[in-house]
Amino acid sequence: MSTPQDINARQKPAVATTGAGRDAILSTRQLTKNFGGLTAVDSVDFEVNEGEIRCLIGPNGAGKSTLLNLITGQLSPSEGHIYFDGTDLTGLKPHERIDTGLSVKFQSPHVYENLSVKRNLMIPLQRTDRDVDHVLTDTLDRIALADERDTSAGDLSHGQQQRLEIGMAITLDPTLMLLDEPVAGMSVDETADVAALIRSLHDDGMAFLVVEHDMEFVREISEKVTVLNQGAVFRQGSIQEIETDDAVRRIYLGEDV
Amino acid sequence: MSSANTQTTLSRLRGLLEGPNTLGNSKSFWVGFVLAVTALAAYPQVTDPYSALQTSRYFALAFLAISLCFVWGYCGVLSFGQVAFFGISAYAFGIIGINFASTAGATVALFGAVTAGTFAAAVLGYFMFYGGVRDVYVTIMTLVVALVLNTFMGQTAGSEWAVGTARLGGFNGMTNIPNLTFGIVFQTVGFYYAVLFALVGTYLGLRVLLNSSFGMTMVAVREDEERTATFGYNVAFVKLVVFTIGGGLAALGGVFYASWGNYVDPSVFSIAFAALPVVWVSIGGRESLLGTIGATLFIERMRTGLSSGIGPIGPEWALVIVGGLLLAVILFMPAGIAPTLNELKNTILQRRSGRSPSGGPTEESIK
Repeated sequence: MSTPQDINARQKPAVATTGAGRDAILSTRQLTKNFGGLTAVDSVDFEVNEGEIRCLIGPNGAGKSTLLNLITGQLSPSEGHIYFDGTDLTGLKPHERIDTGLSVKFQSPHVYENLSVKRNLMIPLQRTDRDVDHVLTDTLDRIALADERDTSAGDLSHGQQQRLEIGMAITLDPTLMLLDEPVAGMSVDETADVAALIRSLHDDGMAFLVVEHDMEFVREISEKVTVLNQGAVFRQGSIQEIETDDAVRRIYLGEDV
Repeated sequence: MSSANTQTTLSRLRGLLEGPNTLGNSKSFWVGFVLAVTALAAYPQVTDPYSALQTSRYFALAFLAISLCFVWGYCGVLSFGQVAFFGISAYAFGIIGINFASTAGATVALFGAVTAGTFAAAVLGYFMFYGGVRDVYVTIMTLVVALVLNTFMGQTAGSEWAVGTARLGGFNGMTNIPNLTFGIVFQTVGFYYAVLFALVGTYLGLRVLLNSSFGMTMVAVREDEERTATFGYNVAFVKLVVFTIGGGLAALGGVFYASWGNYVDPSVFSIAFAALPVVWVSIGGRESLLGTIGATLFIERMRTGLSSGIGPIGPEWALVIVGGLLLAVILFMPAGIAPTLNELKNTILQRRSGRSPSGGPTEESIK
């Protein structure tokens, strides 16, 4: 996949990718969500730093999707606050949160099936003040769909639709990109394409929060992993630390240790 | 102006009018369009005054049709109650026009009535869209509003139901509504040209709007509301704006309708009348303004023809035949006539030349 980095030179201050001394752009404080008697997210203090790729893993029902939905505003928290880039998101509507520099790609593909690939990209892009032609060409290159620009999105393969989804989300030029299982149902090659795409965007300074089950993929992209279990942060650390942690292997990887 | 200048002006104009959201993006389409408008403009000169007058009523109804085409076809909001704004505006025109019986008064009535209908749509739209009412519930709610008005206006026969000197009149309706006036009074052929002019202007204006970035947003909302919200669009606001514009178009139709017959009665809020716009738009094509206008003119002309009965077919069959036509179109051409013809034309062109050129002459179902 071609990834021309020069054209998409981002206006944001370049971010050191060393990991040390970076500021948190997203943080949750005592974030809690109750569904009736069930506490899906339980007093979570969680941070994502500027320009990092953070993966969020955990067994089914650990609260990953709930946490993501709280950040995007699909759900409102029972208690606690969410801060992003200096703004308290907690009371904002979902669409208002996008304007603070968030962008999101939900789990199931949600492309505009009846519209062409180009028009799919135009819908988010026309809201920004970016140079339309320039960003369109660049994004089509990045997601390797330049030849399909006039194809109806509904006629694309599953993997192409997922890439288009990511393409649509990045036309907003977000500071932080939220991805819910971006490679679910993808072949090995398609997964590698998406990993390369994420890495190239990360090189340009975009931060990611990725909910993912595919450990192979997590290993490909991530510097730091957060493990959720029963609605709380269970472990946090580098991918090596997490994979060698006995407790994590017991609860998540299902191994008998 | 030199011809080169004219050329650039024309192509700039086409740039505004054409785009993926409207059918008919070719030179031959515009030639056909100009011919059709010319034919309609010549019509009153070659026919009897009665036919011309009837046709001008169809034009008034066409506003109701394009208002629904706009909100339903392009933004996915199926309103069954466009007639409510049409009727509110018609009554408002009567009330203001009767109370201020003068040229200036009737001109004020025109603006006042359109404002009333638009405002009603804005209020209803605000409560629905910001209240999270969606899909079929919008359809039900809008229909209920129309039916409530139908019932309410039906019981206003008593003399206590009057606004100033304007009697609402219950089921007998409101009479003595003034003629269409905009500085000068438009009657018979003058009315025909005024409404035709307004219709052509509205059609072209809507084409520009639909092909603008706002039109793209409308289509995005129609295709997938949730996804559109995740790009930062305020979907409730977009739908409110669209619904309000739609209400304004229906209201304009209401003014034309009331001033056409100098009369309005509660049947404008009835379920049979409320269903007609849905029929016109479904048959003409939800995503084709011109198809919708053509279908309205054709169906209403047919209903007029049937109202005196044709041979053994009595007038009571008119709505049954319209219903049958609706079923046939939905079965065989789910997108409606105009989009199907457009598709057919593209297929033929593609076969003839091997390559597919997009755009081209399209629907011309104007009678």
